Amino acid sequence: MKKTKEVVIEKFLLFSALITILTTIGIVLVLAIEAFKFFREVSVFEFLTDTEWTPLFTKKRFGILPLLSGTFLTSIIAIAVALPIGLTIAIFLSEYAPRKFREYIKPSLEMLAAVPTVVYGFFALTVVTPFLQTIIPGMSGFNSLSAGIVMGIMIIPIISSLSEDALRAVPNSLREASYGMGSTRLQTAFKVTVPAASSGIVVSIILAISRAIGETMIVAIAAGQQPRLTMNPLVPVETLTAYIVQVSLGDVPHNSLEYRTIFAAGITLFIFTFILNNISHWIKNKYREKYD
Amino acid sequence: MNYRSETQELIMKKDTMDTPVETNETKKPKKDQEYKIITRNLDVFYGEFQALKNINMKILPYSVTALIGPSGCGKSTYLRVFNRMNDYIDDFRIEGDVIVDRKNIYTEKIEIEQLRKDVGMVFQKPNPFPKTIFENVAYGLRIQGVKDKHFINEKVESSLKQVTLWDEVKDNLKKNALALSGGQQQRLCIARTLAVEPEVILMDEPTSALDPISTGKIEELLFDLKNEYTIVIVTHNMQQAARVSDHTAFFYMGDLIEEGKTTQIFTKPSNKRTENYITGRFG
Ligand SMILES: Nc1ncnc2c1ncn2[C@@H]1O[C@H](COP(=O)(O)OP(=O)(O)O)[C@@H](O)[C@H]1O
Ligand SMILES: [Mg+2]
Repeated sequence: MKKTKEVVIEKFLLFSALITILTTIGIVLVLAIEAFKFFREVSVFEFLTDTEWTPLFTKKRFGILPLLSGTFLTSIIAIAVALPIGLTIAIFLSEYAPRKFREYIKPSLEMLAAVPTVVYGFFALTVVTPFLQTIIPGMSGFNSLSAGIVMGIMIIPIISSLSEDALRAVPNSLREASYGMGSTRLQTAFKVTVPAASSGIVVSIILAISRAIGETMIVAIAAGQQPRLTMNPLVPVETLTAYIVQVSLGDVPHNSLEYRTIFAAGITLFIFTFILNNISHWIKNKYREKYD
Repeated sequence: MNYRSETQELIMKKDTMDTPVETNETKKPKKDQEYKIITRNLDVFYGEFQALKNINMKILPYSVTALIGPSGCGKSTYLRVFNRMNDYIDDFRIEGDVIVDRKNIYTEKIEIEQLRKDVGMVFQKPNPFPKTIFENVAYGLRIQGVKDKHFINEKVESSLKQVTLWDEVKDNLKKNALALSGGQQQRLCIARTLAVEPEVILMDEPTSALDPISTGKIEELLFDLKNEYTIVIVTHNMQQAARVSDHTAFFYMGDLIEEGKTTQIFTKPSNKRTENYITGRFG
């Protein structure tokens, strides 16, 4: 009796796992097939080297670089905001804050990640940009700076939370050894705890980058829809994700070359996040159980 | 098991060995200034729980003092009072005086970092940093802001020599310390402490995680170290206490039951509980 029940549960779990795997395979397959069709008409060389992306214009150009630069510019700004703040919070929570305080503050920080991204997007567009325009005259209404800053705020909890977990996994005996030789808390944090937790911290940063690269709503709303190969954070740009949204929502006929461009952009995005996630996975496995 | 006679044999050997110094010591009563550490009416609490009750004890410099007693009796708590290592425990509270080098370390304005440079600590489980062997020993100097490379090199070498680890690691100073054996790691941790030039070294069951050979090496080390340092060691191994210590203090459920010369504690303990404990009848 108990046996059959267990078998049923086991089968159900296996089934769920299979569905997940099959869905992933399906997505990758569709991406690959559609991208393949795209690359039958546009050469990979043109795709990777052309500096303009104008598939929806009459004079079509298919260079992915402007979209890539938009994605990287907003992501770099986001990380520049999230890394110092997130790491400071993580160190403070794990090395300084009393337990009670930490238990209260950590869930509230993670709330940041629960705010719908569309809210962040409008916050960037209607609050951050107008504010920045008072400081930086000539800044466009759509720009990568506000989008990047707000995206950085959104990914703070990824860095602070995962880094804090990594810091707290450092055995207390190492802190005691350091204090025991007359180190201050700050010295202990930066010379012992952070280096010992470095692999976990790096993983948190990579996941945050991956999240920033894949983020859609904020950049679609606040960074603009003008593919432009630039590192100027004050002008409108377009990211890979924003482009995909733009075409998906537009009236481009399915099965056209224009429509397939989103799969080309999609697979580019997928390759980057896939690589980043694998690096973080690899680091996690390599440095796991260092202290046993 | 012939536990008692073994321990006593050790004591007798030791007795004859140490006689000239010991008799000298016993003759004249000491002034307080001659003690390295003094605790007066010391009470320690973890929240409501009282871990140490009215402890009065004096520790002589250049000697090994062993703290013994069944587990949970407060040995570690007591040891950690001397370098204020309990400060990080949220509900830790202390009453009474703890005087190290004539300074009350809990009431007078002292720099806690300086206290811990003077009162070093070696822990139960070897806890080297996940850094190179060299950087482990150099750590204490680096946090003090020492930049002189030559000086650091010399200090690392001399500290490793002091713990007889130099010959084993001198060709591998860049190797990660975690790759060393447990016994080597513990000697490295002692070297790391010595490099800071402490005056007192606190050891909390430093050999309990080690094999007999590594234990022997560390016990031998103690004989050399006590010429230059004041050593307080917690141990649950009676024979170890008998072998390495000059003075022994027996704790039981937060009380200091008896303290005195090791020879005297082990041969004619004045308290019945002490006798029961050292003869292995409980603990
Ligand atoms: N951080 C703590 N919080 C509460 N109680 C503690 C703490 N540390 C130790 N104790 C209690 O204090 C008593 C003495 O502990 P300890 O000094 O570690 O004993 P020993 O080293 O002799 O085994 C034990 O009963 C222990 O449970
Ligand atoms: Mg203990």
